[in-house]
Amino acid sequence: MSLENIVIQDAQIGQINFEQVKKRQRAKSFIKGMLFLLPSIILFSIFLFYPLGRTIYLSFFLTNAAGETTVFIGWQNYVNLFTSPIFMQSMKSTFLFVLYTVPFTIIISLFLAMIANEKLKGIGFFRTVYSSTMGISVAAASVFWLYLFHPSIGLLNMILETLGIDGIGWLTDPDWALFAVSITTIWMNIGFTFLILLGGLQSIDSYLYESADIDGAGYFYKVRRITIPMLSPTLFFVVTVTIINAFQTFGQIDILTQGGPVNSTNLVVYSIYREAFVNYKFGSASAQAVLLFIIILIMTFLQFKFGERKVHYQ
Amino acid sequence: MTMPISKRIIFYVLLFITGFIVFAPTLMALVMSFMSNKDIMTGSFPTMLSFDNYVKAFGQFPLLKYLFNSFIISALIMLGQLILSSLAAYAFVFLEFKGRDLLFYLFIATMMVPFEASIIPNFHTIRDLGWIDKYEGLSIPFFALAFGTFLLRQNFKQIPKELREASQIAGMGDFKFYLSVVLPVSRTSLLTLGVYGFLTSWNMYLWPLLATTNDSVRTVQIGLKQLQTQEQLNDWGVIMAGAIIVVIPTLILLFISQNKLQKGLTEGALK
Repeated sequence: MSLENIVIQDAQIGQINFEQVKKRQRAKSFIKGMLFLLPSIILFSIFLFYPLGRTIYLSFFLTNAAGETTVFIGWQNYVNLFTSPIFMQSMKSTFLFVLYTVPFTIIISLFLAMIANEKLKGIGFFRTVYSSTMGISVAAASVFWLYLFHPSIGLLNMILETLGIDGIGWLTDPDWALFAVSITTIWMNIGFTFLILLGGLQSIDSYLYESADIDGAGYFYKVRRITIPMLSPTLFFVVTVTIINAFQTFGQIDILTQGGPVNSTNLVVYSIYREAFVNYKFGSASAQAVLLFIIILIMTFLQFKFGERKVHYQ
Repeated sequence: MTMPISKRIIFYVLLFITGFIVFAPTLMALVMSFMSNKDIMTGSFPTMLSFDNYVKAFGQFPLLKYLFNSFIISALIMLGQLILSSLAAYAFVFLEFKGRDLLFYLFIATMMVPFEASIIPNFHTIRDLGWIDKYEGLSIPFFALAFGTFLLRQNFKQIPKELREASQIAGMGDFKFYLSVVLPVSRTSLLTLGVYGFLTSWNMYLWPLLATTNDSVRTVQIGLKQLQTQEQLNDWGVIMAGAIIVVIPTLILLFISQNKLQKGLTEGALK
């Protein structure tokens, strides 16, 4: 009888210890995990999550030039934006800019990646050339194109004039400026997009092409039936990144047009910059930043909802 | 498999034409940087080539100082990103603790917040910390990087778990294991991320424009903008010389590491 009791007691003690040790172990591993993550979490909190909350907060206020809130005005900043023809123009330009740059960036880069994926002698040289624009900063690229677009001594107008065509006011004509900025941006985007798409193409199993060759399939049939479906996850990624980047465009505008002529290239980030750091209207600028954030959120969400369905994963 | 000769010719023609078009603006800038202003203004082919524009660019602007600043800032960001990303990736792969998955989603969420949308409070934070015109203000906000964490996490996952178990039996702590096993094994990915971090930091534009007010820490990108706006006589040769100086470090880095970068970025993006 007593022996039985002892055994049961022993078992209970063991259980308690076991529970305690497990708990202590868990607390220990939690602390350890947090120590490894803490540097990132702290910096994300200071420079990402706090500013996001603060931006939303500021968007309901008027501020002074130092950025301190003065008067709570509720939704008035947003109402003002949606009734301001300048901001509406900025929104329209931004969406047009996305429409001009994203499809052309993808199509041109895909074409380049496909011809650079052939097994030919010296192909490495061409790959380096195509990816070179990735190494060219926005400031340098803008300076290159600022000259190319120059109305009198620029190369593009010189070529047009030798062909007997009147020069175009690339950056001074409201009908052309957004188009000119788009060309610059597409050129800048090619390097990165090309590199990612080439990586995607190279990871397609060559066995698929070989068996299509045996069946006597033509080049374009293989592109349509093998390349595009197998590349779709990469394409999906590249489209998302290019759209988000297009919404964040700033440097080209600052150097090429400063938002002009007549606000035709006043894209949303440039508009935020001007409102906040030139006009010192931080409340109104914050409201624009919140709208930018919402647009990007919706874009990413739509991409994942509708884009992912068409994606073929291996 | 060899391609028929006619098809090969078509591909080479396409490669040469498109390659020329893509490279033309850079090539043009390079040639212009050696041309005299007279040749540029009259639109003639270069009659003489010289280093005059480079001498002028370095003489009129503190370009060396700008280059030095850009180098320090890019190197700081690169190191910061490597350290923080690898620590975080280690926790996500090798440590098991409560709330890990939640934190992982938090990291994913950070990719949805564009830096441009939070730039106003960030500017005020830097100003209040007294970090305007300081290397800290130009580098520290970019140390934490979700993309880098994912890229390294992908790589760390390929390290066999048995290795960690064996090291635990040998009495090796997590930090020691991280330093002496995980980091050396993943040096290729670390290199990829390092190059990527350096390239993007070197090319940053909006933040250095806001966070610098004088030459002391100004980066070469903003220096180039100044060169372009202050150049009185529209001396395009000098401007192009400045632009070439700005792009040479990144182009060299890109040419050396192009293959690794391509593999690394594709992996990080897709898996």
